[in-house]
Amino acid sequence: MTTDTLDATDTVAAPARRRLKVPRLLGSATDITLILILIVAVFAVLDFSSFFTAQNFTQILINAALLLVMAVGATFVLITGGVDLSVGSVLVFSGVIAGEVMQWLGGEGWGVSIAGIAAALLAGTAWGCVNGLVITKLRVPPLIATLGSYGAAQGLAQIITNGNDLKDVPSELVDTIGFGRVFGIPILVIIALVVALIGGLVLWATRYGRRTYAVGSNAEAARRSGINVDRHLLKVYAVAGMLAGLAGILSFAKFGTTTLAGHATDNLNVIAAVVIGGTSLFGGVGTMIGTVVGTLIPATLANGLVIVGLNSFWRDFAVGVVLVAAVYLDQLRRRSRSSR
Amino acid sequence: MTTKPLLEARDVTKRFGAVDALRGASFQIFPGEVVALMGDNGAGKSTLIKTICGVYAPDSGEILFEGRPIGGWHPKAVQALGIETVYQDLALAPDLDTPANLFLGRERLKGGLLGALGVLDKSSMRAEASRVLTDLSVKIKDVNAPVNNLSGGQQQSVAVARAVTWADKLVIMDEPTAALGVPQTQAVLALIERVRESGRSVILISHSLPDVMQVADRIEVLRLGRRVAQLVTTETTEEQIVGAMTGAWTQEVAA
Repeated sequence: MTTDTLDATDTVAAPARRRLKVPRLLGSATDITLILILIVAVFAVLDFSSFFTAQNFTQILINAALLLVMAVGATFVLITGGVDLSVGSVLVFSGVIAGEVMQWLGGEGWGVSIAGIAAALLAGTAWGCVNGLVITKLRVPPLIATLGSYGAAQGLAQIITNGNDLKDVPSELVDTIGFGRVFGIPILVIIALVVALIGGLVLWATRYGRRTYAVGSNAEAARRSGINVDRHLLKVYAVAGMLAGLAGILSFAKFGTTTLAGHATDNLNVIAAVVIGGTSLFGGVGTMIGTVVGTLIPATLANGLVIVGLNSFWRDFAVGVVLVAAVYLDQLRRRSRSSR
Repeated sequence: MTTKPLLEARDVTKRFGAVDALRGASFQIFPGEVVALMGDNGAGKSTLIKTICGVYAPDSGEILFEGRPIGGWHPKAVQALGIETVYQDLALAPDLDTPANLFLGRERLKGGLLGALGVLDKSSMRAEASRVLTDLSVKIKDVNAPVNNLSGGQQQSVAVARAVTWADKLVIMDEPTAALGVPQTQAVLALIERVRESGRSVILISHSLPDVMQVADRIEVLRLGRRVAQLVTTETTEEQIVGAMTGAWTQEVAA
């Protein structure tokens, strides 16, 4: 296109090719990974012997595992340009359903445990489908649709249990998911990392992932090019719900209780983690590596602040600052990129 | 013009409530031709195009593609005939790169088990994209960058390239140069000529007389939902076209 030579100004993308390999792998998560490394370095300097140990890092991962499982689903949701506020309630609801099913089946044994896991996944998926249908069929904005199921799922969980936490977890689940380890790595952490790995591969390498970006980037363009946008959104919310259901059974096994009152702010923590990880609230942009890093930052802050002797309430303050800083950095990068 | 038309609309009518958008509109395009579809705002250009691509079904009249009636077909069935439309507002996904946009909705999958799992064949799509872009002499600065990093002209080129990739027979362009500066407009017009050289036909909706005079073989003018003129560009003056659009001049044989 010889006549298009006046476009010499849009070479902004060219320097990207000259960058190192590692930043390219991390993509938009590069800045935030540096921040995580910085946080780790600061705590390591302040109290190396307590903080910088394999045991402590494992503890951080255990604390982040539940949030990470939900954040994987939320990454897909946010990339479509939506939001899911219902995750914490769906976690509780799914735990309750799993608890009731397992109690009803006798409460012990592998068969009962597997039925419980299936029940939790189904319950979560069901709420995800409700979210997806309300958003695509009734055209209720995701913020309101999932705020509705946030209340509804929490309410139903309380109604079913009459407000009393279920506490009967089969010992098989406690011994494996709850506290079991393989090669010294907690099974809970392995599950969360496998979920993140699969989610990352799906997002990066498959048609499902590609269409998730397309829908969030320009839903009308996706529609015109023959993508069934509504069906894709339904699938995305269903998967997010299923992962919240998985987090429900993991939480039940880990804590030995359905923690009815313990997940009211999970939704915001999940969104904060995903957004810190570089996923855009406006859709179309995001990576799973970013989400993993974004989940680890609050967990590392919480852990490190206690170790260096500060009140853990400082975590909330620090996460708030990091969240705003991450979005600000993202906006800066975007502005410099799209100014042509 | 002794060959059969590639696409023909005959006496098409379309009503929206009290509005007669098309009142017996006709249109013809032959293989390898660039035909400009002109008309004032509200003349029915967009309605006619949307009726051709299956977005609307005609109330009466016929749409013939290679002699076969296709009026009222589903848009996807029309696409399958080798007809693609480039919309005015681009319809690209700005956060995706050029190959991803070319294959939007038609992603290529790997063979075997990976393909069954929905894994994309990115390298084959990238290779095909660069082949298409080379064929059309479109130079994209960085095909791996999101398309919103590209200039308006380059984005329009990507949109046209996508249409050309999938249109074996006919590319319909709805004001492809409306938002572009002079050099980018020239680039898109050059692209239209290369599409014609590849043997495909182009319907160009445009308000820009200079663009039309430069690139179109023929001009068909609509006014108030009816064809009022069929002109051969080389035998036509701009005054005649404006006259036909405004109603100052009507060609008797056209309707």
